[in-house]
Amino acid sequence: MIVATIHIDNKPYEVQEGDNLLSACLSLGFDIPYFCWHPALHSVGSCRLCAVKNFRNEEDTRGHIVMSCMTAVCDGMRISVKDPEVLEFRASVIEWLMLHHPHDCPVCDEGGECHLQDMTVMTGHNYRRTRMRKRTFRNQELGPFIYHEMNRCIQCYRCVRFYRKYAGGRDLDVSGIHNHLYYGRFEDGTLESEFSGNLVEICPTGVFTDKTLRKHFTRKWDLQTAPSVCVHCGAGCNTIPGERYGKLRRILNRYNHEVNGYFLCDRGRFGYEFVNSDRRIRRAHLRPGTSDRSAELEPSSKEAVVASLEGILANGKRPIGIGSPRASLEANFALRSLVGPDRFYTGMPESESALVSLVLETLTCGPAVSVSLREVELCDAVLVLGEDVPNTSPRLALSLRQSVRRRSLKIADKHCIPLWNDRAVRKVSQEAKSPLFLATVAATRLDDISAATFNGTPDEIARLGYAVAHELDPAAPPVEGSTSEEHVLAACIAGALKAAERPLVVSGTGCGSEAVIIAAAQVAAALHRVGKTAGLSLCVPECNTLGVGLIGGGHLEAAFKEVTSGAADTVVILENDLFRRADAKLVAEFFKAATHVIAIDHLFNQTASHADLLLPAATFAEADGTFINAEGRAQRSYRVFPATDEIRESWRWLYELMQAAGKTDLPLWTTPDDVCRSIAESIDALKPLGQVAPPADFRVAGLKIPRQPHRYSGRTAMTAQVSVHEPAPARDADSALAFSMEGFHGHPPNALLDRYWAPGWNSVQALNKFQSEVGGPLRGGDPGIRVLEPAPDREATYPESVPEAFSPRAGERLIVPLYHVFGSEELSAVSPGIAERSPGPYLGLSPDDAESIGVDEGRNVRLTVADVVLVLPVRLIPSLPQGVTGLSVGLGDLPYVQVPAWGVVTRAKAGD
Amino acid sequence: MFSLLKGMWTLLKHTLRKRVTVQYPEEKPYVPPRWRGRIILARDPDGEERCVACYLCAAACPVDCISLQATQDETGRRYPEFFRINFSRCILCGFCEEACPTYAIQLTPDYEMCEYDRRNLVYEKEDLLISGPGKYPGYNFYRVAGVTVGGKDKGESENEEPPTDVRDLMP
Ligand code: SF4
Ligand code: SF4
Ligand code: SF4
Ligand code: SF4
Ligand code: FES
Repeated sequence: MIVATIHIDNKPYEVQEGDNLLSACLSLGFDIPYFCWHPALHSVGSCRLCAVKNFRNEEDTRGHIVMSCMTAVCDGMRISVKDPEVLEFRASVIEWLMLHHPHDCPVCDEGGECHLQDMTVMTGHNYRRTRMRKRTFRNQELGPFIYHEMNRCIQCYRCVRFYRKYAGGRDLDVSGIHNHLYYGRFEDGTLESEFSGNLVEICPTGVFTDKTLRKHFTRKWDLQTAPSVCVHCGAGCNTIPGERYGKLRRILNRYNHEVNGYFLCDRGRFGYEFVNSDRRIRRAHLRPGTSDRSAELEPSSKEAVVASLEGILANGKRPIGIGSPRASLEANFALRSLVGPDRFYTGMPESESALVSLVLETLTCGPAVSVSLREVELCDAVLVLGEDVPNTSPRLALSLRQSVRRRSLKIADKHCIPLWNDRAVRKVSQEAKSPLFLATVAATRLDDISAATFNGTPDEIARLGYAVAHELDPAAPPVEGSTSEEHVLAACIAGALKAAERPLVVSGTGCGSEAVIIAAAQVAAALHRVGKTAGLSLCVPECNTLGVGLIGGGHLEAAFKEVTSGAADTVVILENDLFRRADAKLVAEFFKAATHVIAIDHLFNQTASHADLLLPAATFAEADGTFINAEGRAQRSYRVFPATDEIRESWRWLYELMQAAGKTDLPLWTTPDDVCRSIAESIDALKPLGQVAPPADFRVAGLKIPRQPHRYSGRTAMTAQVSVHEPAPARDADSALAFSMEGFHGHPPNALLDRYWAPGWNSVQALNKFQSEVGGPLRGGDPGIRVLEPAPDREATYPESVPEAFSPRAGERLIVPLYHVFGSEELSAVSPGIAERSPGPYLGLSPDDAESIGVDEGRNVRLTVADVVLVLPVRLIPSLPQGVTGLSVGLGDLPYVQVPAWGVVTRAKAGD
Repeated sequence: MFSLLKGMWTLLKHTLRKRVTVQYPEEKPYVPPRWRGRIILARDPDGEERCVACYLCAAACPVDCISLQATQDETGRRYPEFFRINFSRCILCGFCEEACPTYAIQLTPDYEMCEYDRRNLVYEKEDLLISGPGKYPGYNFYRVAGVTVGGKDKGESENEEPPTDVRDLMP
């Protein structure tokens, strides 16, 4: 960074040379109003609000008005941000923008967190002088997530720039001319992009607002919020959920420079409603006469359940525990402590367990280092092996979209165009893309920006990876019997990766193949051998897959065997619906063999209905927890509101069970910190856990951090219908946060930062005030710590064997998994909005295969894999290789089928 | 001695003065219409609920005694699902009326709100809603706002152009 000194209203300041003036001034803390500029979208200069005055030199007293977002900082520059002419100019810009603005604030969902309101107040415009009639627009119906109110638009272009240029969406655009600009779809219909929810935060006005929030609307100042982590995939995006009257109301993005930056995916933003679901388990349940399970589960008192557990755990034969990749480290570890390390099972099926161990091994052995989502954006050549990123780890797909812009930025740089000058960068570079190679089972939603795509079976994808590794480093094993096309593709990929400054390999557990992950590691290792530092990004399916992997334990099938063989008779199942992870028959047998089944979960599901004892577990919104994302970053998530009814944190239930079981030498666990300390003591890889977040007794000047904003309303009326005496606020002994509006309202440590607000800045743009520089890391460092670092200077080693080429089997087809961003994840699928976007279960066939079977789109086929028979409608997927069939895993009530596997697909018979 | 006589003289003087004590409750004192007493929720000139559930009164209330939940009917008209004022906390400061952008919440000259049981001072929407517009007869927020509600389409508010044809290319 070259430092430049600029004079702002005659005072010298040091800023970064070449930066744009607006961002430099905002970083210095000046309040310059703006609309169209956004730290992630940069400058286009379309709103004309960010005017400042530029003076030629010290003698120049007249100066001239410039748009700060379009002006580069240079040494010795003299500007004024509060020159009277400038102030008048800005006020008149706002006045023009407001000519047609509707009189909507009281019924506008943006009100109270509206950037337009803030900017209007900041510029001092307060009276509509014109008597002109207001232009109006009709709104569009944009699906279950986004509500449209077009009258409120100020034509800043942020929405389309984000939706089209940043997120690669195609169905939102601007139409019309002069003052008839219309931002919407060509016609009414659901917004297709899985990043549409970001429009809520990107749009500085109330044109695009959160439709799920609208159903139970609450203003920003009335929401109780806490720093949280998304639980709907392995990316671990940071979120700010908001609660009111005991219901979760919405999720906003929480900025973490290293992880999700400014954006979330729609699954993470709108998947929260499962927390409010009618299917929530709210009370402890007991099955009367537990021996035959013919009786229904009955709600029971907590005490009765714990008492009956006492008997079971004290007398039962060796209880085993089944953990879960969607439960926090604390919960999993508590279960492990209850049953003992050798009787703790991770809750993942054998196949997935093996993949996760492989991922962990790859990330800890090196030489490639796992990269954060921000680092992904800096990589200038990417190879994706096997992973359908937009569906399994959506936010990563958004980062990959930014990575292909590296070439554009390089070209612009060569032409000395500042990288923030967005329009110029795009023009001069003609949107040239850095190479992104996609080797996946079927087409993905990233294909439009890829340099080349390859669709094949998991083994073929792995072979391509091996071939690339061999091209890079001849010491890597060669791939025999590949076609010349494959050879050319491998050479091309290898060339691009070698030529790149920061190559990246993306893979993961998505296609269910160990060979693919090994191949990805090989490519990274080969790059290392030829002197490149390769990044590696391995996707994992759930929010704590790596966490439970690090805690370690047997797989699900081993747990089943332990019980069916009679070695154990009591099982404790933690936040895990076994029917989603193992063959229904196996699970049923297992339940039959188990004498006592104790389940702890959020929602009534199939597993819960088989339990003899059911305990209500707190969700992410009601429990503190630590999760490890795919990058290997441990992040703490805090409860947003106190749990109601008998709902409690899973680790608290389990601690109580430990006491009930009469365990001696129990560690004293009163806060999650205590559990984390125990984890750090017993698991080497998780030693740094204590530093993830400030301890529970952390205070700023003796004060806790309030979860409620200082203008939280209704305290003396919200429960007055029940009792006119206000209850004491719930106490939170578990963390430095308080369920109160009293406390420290400044900038706390970032792990505890639960909302963005600054005087005059009520919208999400107040975030500027919390960053070290606008768009940069949070002041004081981004939350979360990496726990997986490879040993330095590890030499790359290559395995001997390369998978065989794909040979179709007569009469059988390879069934591979297909994922859906909306629907494949268990919890979010319960939320009504996500459910509406989710397709029903289906079987994907290539048109040729469908023809050979004699079926058409939508017709039913019968699929037989192992001894599971399913009847599913066909969906034609032209990109699927012949002989390969895709199964939409996790959707609807589709039973678990272990894929990839060979299966038989035939036309459904009448009566199927 | 002197002071005693002075006191008696003052007393005698007062017996001849005009009485200021009012025989409340038989006789009611005059209270001006802008008196800050019991709070009501008014209706607009069309007889619909005026409150649009914007939460501004609740935010303005210094004792936080207003609590409500917004919802909307099938035409998109927003109104409070419930609206509660805890008068046992209310200090009748009038900030809510000041903050209300729709003239829905109004303080009235009724000050007779004593109860033996504090619980009876918790008023729900049914208790607050009156049948008329209160102090401000003409105003109807939804006739001015740009959102559509039942009976008012886009472009039909005061001072509005008809909806734009976005496919029109005429300058
Ligand atoms: S966009 Fe902002 S200024 Fe416009 S009506 Fe909504 S809250 Fe008010
Ligand atoms: S819809 Fe919002 S983001 Fe888009 S141009 Fe209008 S004000 Fe800007
Ligand atoms: S990418 Fe994953 S972690 Fe991020 S918001 Fe989406 S579902 Fe949540
Ligand atoms: S300020 Fe007026 S319109 Fe808004 S919620 Fe209160 S009473 Fe209703
Ligand atoms: S922010 Fe500079 S012109 Fe819009």
